[in-house]
Amino acid sequence: MDLMIPDSGLLFWMFISFAILFFILAKFGWPVITGMVERRKERIDKALAEAAEARLLLATLKQQGDELLKEAQEEHTKMMVQTSELRTQIIMEAREAATAEGRMILEQARCRIAEEKDAAMQELRVYVATLAVDVAEKILRQQLDSGAKQTDLINRLIDETVKPRA
Amino acid sequence: MRRTNRLYAWLLLCLFLILGQPVIAREKKERPPVDVRELIMGHLKDTYEWHFFTIGEKDIVLPLPVIVRSRERGWFVFMSSRLEEQPEYKGFYYASGGISDGKIVERNSAGKEVRPFDISITKDVLALFVACGLMIWLVLSTAAWYKKRNARGTEDEVPAGFKGFLELFIMDVHDNIIKKCIGKDYRRYAPYLLTAFFFIFFNNVLGLIPIFPEGANLTGNIAVTLVLALFTFIAVNVFGNKAYWKDILWPEVPLFLKAPLPIMPVIEFFGILTKPMALTIRLFANIFAGHCIILALTSLIFLTVAMGPVISGSMTVVSVLFSIFMLCLELLVAYIQSYVFTMLSAVFIGMSCQEHHGEKKAKIIE
Repeated sequence: MDLMIPDSGLLFWMFISFAILFFILAKFGWPVITGMVERRKERIDKALAEAAEARLLLATLKQQGDELLKEAQEEHTKMMVQTSELRTQIIMEAREAATAEGRMILEQARCRIAEEKDAAMQELRVYVATLAVDVAEKILRQQLDSGAKQTDLINRLIDETVKPRA
Repeated sequence: MRRTNRLYAWLLLCLFLILGQPVIAREKKERPPVDVRELIMGHLKDTYEWHFFTIGEKDIVLPLPVIVRSRERGWFVFMSSRLEEQPEYKGFYYASGGISDGKIVERNSAGKEVRPFDISITKDVLALFVACGLMIWLVLSTAAWYKKRNARGTEDEVPAGFKGFLELFIMDVHDNIIKKCIGKDYRRYAPYLLTAFFFIFFNNVLGLIPIFPEGANLTGNIAVTLVLALFTFIAVNVFGNKAYWKDILWPEVPLFLKAPLPIMPVIEFFGILTKPMALTIRLFANIFAGHCIILALTSLIFLTVAMGPVISGSMTVVSVLFSIFMLCLELLVAYIQSYVFTMLSAVFIGMSCQEHHGEKKAKIIE
């Protein structure tokens, strides 16, 4: 039965020891440990939440990027088609323009050649006329020495010369 | 930091002063036949000296200081070895038989045998000091680890090895017992409950180690468990809020149960007292019984010596196997009992600081 009777000495020392133990640990022990661990836990939770958010953001960004890329590709294809159309058109136009230009240049050249020919003909005619006059002059100088014959010839020649012009 | 160092030094000094006493080898008078009851009780009860072992005829004991205050003659301090040398010292002697069997008593002027006020440093008290010192050292060194990291700015570092295990253990108790059982007000009570849990767990485990300075049956002593329950009692009743007291003095029951005759308040009032009593007896009885069984199984070896070498040898094997099994079981019990004590304390505290308990009940009734 004496087992069930608490001993005064042990009660006394237990009370004091436990009170001191409690005081020391409550002041310098537990709050430090639990505080640090709880703060660490908070930081980890926060970091994880942030990471999840960042991951979500990244996924959104990636999706947006993909969409952008797809759009760009579509645009590119469209532009390629347009460009090829444009090219064909330009080539056609250029060809037409070139043909027209060529024709025009040809026309001009032809005109010019005709003009040149006319000028040359005129020049030739003047030259031939001069030559003819000179030749005629020389011939005449020789033949005019003998009287009336020369006068006849001159007249005939003048007539011949004047008549076609008239 | 310096403060705690000084504290360690002081505790160590105290320990050395106690240990510095010469270990006395004393002659044994006669070898009596093995009395199992005596043997078990001798190991489980508190003593004024620390008995290590017996070599041949000699008991190897560590004498411990006796501090007593006689009602008529005042304070006396002497080593317990004085009472081994002679049966009586300065009027004090060991009582034999009766309710104070084995305790130091004196005769008062009327010739009657009385117990003086006795605060001797007994075996259990020494074991208590050792356990407290060990606990302070372990917890403060862990706390110092965190403080150092905090000062260095590397708070995110996680302790490894034994400190990591301690953190896991502490936080498990903190989160899974204290936080869950008390609720939002847990911060106020967490230091007490953590101290109680680790004090009980430490002493339970140290009680299983049969080498000095452990092996004292501390948590199997009713004085120790009573003080622990008293602290819980204080935590529950002193810090209990209005709703808690209203529930006791004017509970939500039909009027005839509380008005002319306060039946429910009386029952509730007994409830206040039975809760710490249950805590006291549960822990004490569990640890005491565990120690009893281990000692009884060990005693089998000595009891069967007389039955010849074959029976004795086989019984030794059986006894050792059973003892190992029981020690493993006791290790489990050491955790479970500290868990149960802390959990129940936390539940009682949680009940005492619950807000609007009565109103909630009233709403349900409506």
